[in-house]
Amino acid sequence: MNIEDFPMLKKDIIYLDNGATTLKPKCVIDKINDYYENYSANAHRGDYDISFKVDQEYENARELARKFINAKYKEEVVFTSGATQGLNMIAFGFFGKFLEAGDEILITQSEHASNVLPWFILQKKLGVVVRYIPLDSNHYVTIESVRDAITPHTKVISLAGITNVLGDERPMKEICKLAHEKNVFVVMDAAQSVPHRKIDVQDFDVDFLAFSGHKMCGPTGIGVLYGKKELLEEMEPQNYGGGMNESFDSADEIYLKDLPTRLEAGTPNIAGAIGLGEAIKYLDGIGMEHICEYEKNLRKYAIDKLLEIPYIDILNLESDSGIISFNVDGVFAQDVAYYLNKYNLCVRAGNHCAKILKKEVGVQNSLRVSLYFYNTESDIDALVELLRNKDKIMEEMI
Amino acid sequence: MDIEQKRKIIMEHYSNPKNRKLPDKEGYEKVNTANSSCVDNLDIYVKITDNRIEDITFMGEACAISISSTSIMINNLIGKTISEAQEFITQFENMVEESFYDKKLLGDANAYFDIASQGHRKTCALLPYIGIKKILENYK
Ligand SMILES: Cc1ncc(COP(=O)(O)O)c(C=O)c1O
Repeated sequence: MNIEDFPMLKKDIIYLDNGATTLKPKCVIDKINDYYENYSANAHRGDYDISFKVDQEYENARELARKFINAKYKEEVVFTSGATQGLNMIAFGFFGKFLEAGDEILITQSEHASNVLPWFILQKKLGVVVRYIPLDSNHYVTIESVRDAITPHTKVISLAGITNVLGDERPMKEICKLAHEKNVFVVMDAAQSVPHRKIDVQDFDVDFLAFSGHKMCGPTGIGVLYGKKELLEEMEPQNYGGGMNESFDSADEIYLKDLPTRLEAGTPNIAGAIGLGEAIKYLDGIGMEHICEYEKNLRKYAIDKLLEIPYIDILNLESDSGIISFNVDGVFAQDVAYYLNKYNLCVRAGNHCAKILKKEVGVQNSLRVSLYFYNTESDIDALVELLRNKDKIMEEMI
Repeated sequence: MDIEQKRKIIMEHYSNPKNRKLPDKEGYEKVNTANSSCVDNLDIYVKITDNRIEDITFMGEACAISISSTSIMINNLIGKTISEAQEFITQFENMVEESFYDKKLLGDANAYFDIASQGHRKTCALLPYIGIKKILENYK
């Protein structure tokens, strides 16, 4: 749906790599151009009209983001460069300050590198222990497995709401409830969730959450870190400099601004934030429930069609999102992607930044189709038609 | 070389690569070569005696271009002296980088003559060469 809103879709491509990044609707592009063409000034700085307008637009974007995830306070919404930066700020700025040797961090084998490596570094620095919650036979996290994995040393559980390789959705609300009963914090990597679901941080009662603008029709280089106010107050900035300080005379006399500015040192990605605000408005206009439902139906359509092809192995028949991972039996994923590319079909091949997944699923690589609301049944038909003839794939993959 | 010939050579080496196995004797040096833009990842084992490449084998997972390129490289380099091997590698790199090269010397490695036009795949064809160069470097 809404295909006509996307300039990229007027080109002759079929874009099925939305897990990596999404296309931008014209309104978002226009909004960014409008900033650069009509009120290109810094934020929080100038005493003149166009700078005032920047402040207004920038803070309006924050308010749109707050409403979108239903945060209680605007100060709980911090603009970042993306999910990766958000997760690093959470790991180093908050947990780096409080964790001690022997404390445990629970993640899983199917997390994105951005939700693994910061914790690994903390492990090396502080002697904390990163442990994995076991996955069930469909590679799902169940509430029982979380319950069993928590020990008296567990301090934080950090999970993707939806994983980027298998697209399974985690019961985050139940996990938060269970974790909080045991005084354990919960971090949600929402990079694949917020673009595709209505996420309500208060309903989940999640402690921290991070997502990226570019995976939800917004620009690259912008994202949001959410944290409960009382926790963000304790977060140590990872960057110090302009914009975030109140005054400083010497190393002993540094006064920082309040949230969220304290955590946004330097000139922010103004165009990015404003563009993200517009993307949020756009998604809201379509309706997140509507998007979620549409993607579910389209995934089902795609699965049914792919199942007709005997030499295709689908790695995640069970999944709740628009992500389908599969292999063409006997053909290296990269070669298939190269073949599809000849027909202007964009599909990702590889291990999708979740390198440790191969331990769990037992495959090194796969092809990943990741859907968004502007994909159609005819996109799927084109994909399936190209995959239907293995001889043709072998013939044309080099 | 035309497209059909090229395809045939690449597919032959891909379906039946030369020496895709662990070495069965002592005296091999090992190097890993991996492609950061995709997932090609190969271990190459080289046995050098008296300044001559006696044997090369390889293991790992990679796409059709990387696997076939490795197989063809192995075929061509076994038996060559270090400097002959280095010359072969230079000519191959020249071809891939679209500069002047010695067509005759490259033999069936000419199958990658147009790989530069295929985006990322250039790196796939070069992958085994990047690996073996690291070993040959020590013999300069
Ligand atoms: C589950 C998940 N977490 C984190 C990230 C990192 O997002 P970004 O690269 O935008 O920081 C991604 C993006 O691929 C992802 O899919």
